[in-house]
Amino acid sequence: MADAAFLALSVITIGSAIAALELRSLVYGAIGLMGTLGGVAGFFLLLDSPFVALFQIAVYVGSIAVLILFTVMLVKRELIFKKIEDPKRKWAGIGLMLIFMVAIGAVILDSGLKSVTTDEPPVDFREIGDDFLTYYWPALILMALILAGSVTGALVLARREDEISGPRTD
Amino acid sequence: MGLELINFVIVSVALLGIGIYGLSVKRNAIRMLFAIEIIINAANLNLVAFGRFIPHSGGQTLALFSISIAAAEVAVGLSLIIVAYRMYQNIDIADFRSLKG
Repeated sequence: MADAAFLALSVITIGSAIAALELRSLVYGAIGLMGTLGGVAGFFLLLDSPFVALFQIAVYVGSIAVLILFTVMLVKRELIFKKIEDPKRKWAGIGLMLIFMVAIGAVILDSGLKSVTTDEPPVDFREIGDDFLTYYWPALILMALILAGSVTGALVLARREDEISGPRTD
Repeated sequence: MGLELINFVIVSVALLGIGIYGLSVKRNAIRMLFAIEIIINAANLNLVAFGRFIPHSGGQTLALFSISIAAAEVAVGLSLIIVAYRMYQNIDIADFRSLKG
C-alpha cells in the first residue's frame, strides 16, 4: 500500500518537475511546478509529518505558485511562449545531470543507508512547537524579521516610480 | 510499513539533478527560479526524511524554517525579475548586461 503510494508520488513529482522546466508555455510550467510542490507535500505525509505537509501546501502551492502565476501574467505574451535556451548547452546540461545523478546515486547506494528502516513511532508535532518556542526562539524572531524585511523590500523594488499619483486617465 | 530511507534520498537526488539541469541550461529568468524552487524542495525532503528515521523533531523544525525563508526568497526574486523586465523589456538573462564589466 505504502509502496504503491510512494511510486505514484515519485512519478508525479519527478514528471511534473521535468514538465515545469520543459513545457513551452510558462503558465503550464508554473502548473507543473505546483504538481512538484504538491508531490513533495505528499512525501511529507508518507513520512508521518502532517504539519510540515500542510505548511508546504499553504506556503508553496497556495502562495508561491500563485505569485509566480501573477508574475508570468505581467510578462509580454511573446516571451511567455518563447523557449530561451542554447541547443548546445542543452546536451551539456543533460550530460551534467546524468553524471551528477549517477555519481551521487552510486555514493548513496554504496553507503550504509540502504538498510535503514525504522519501527519507532513518528515525532509528535507538539514537539515541533516546543522546539520553536524554547530552543529556537531567537531563530523564530529572526525569521519573522527577515520575512517582514523581504516583503517590504519586494514592494519597494517593484514600485513604479514613473507613475503619477492620482486616478488613471488611460 | 515498508518505507525505507534510501527511496526518499534517491527521489531527492533526482530532483536535485533536474534542478541543476534547469539552472545550467535555461536562460529564462522565471524558469531559473523554478529550478531553484525544485532544488530547495529536494533539500527539504531530505531534512524531513532523515528526521523521520532518526527519529528527532529537529528535521521538521529545520524544514519549516527552510520553507519560510524560501518564501521570502521567491518574493524578492520575482520583484527583481519584474524590475529587470521593466528595464530591458525581456526576461532572457543574457540580456541583463549592465552589471557586466
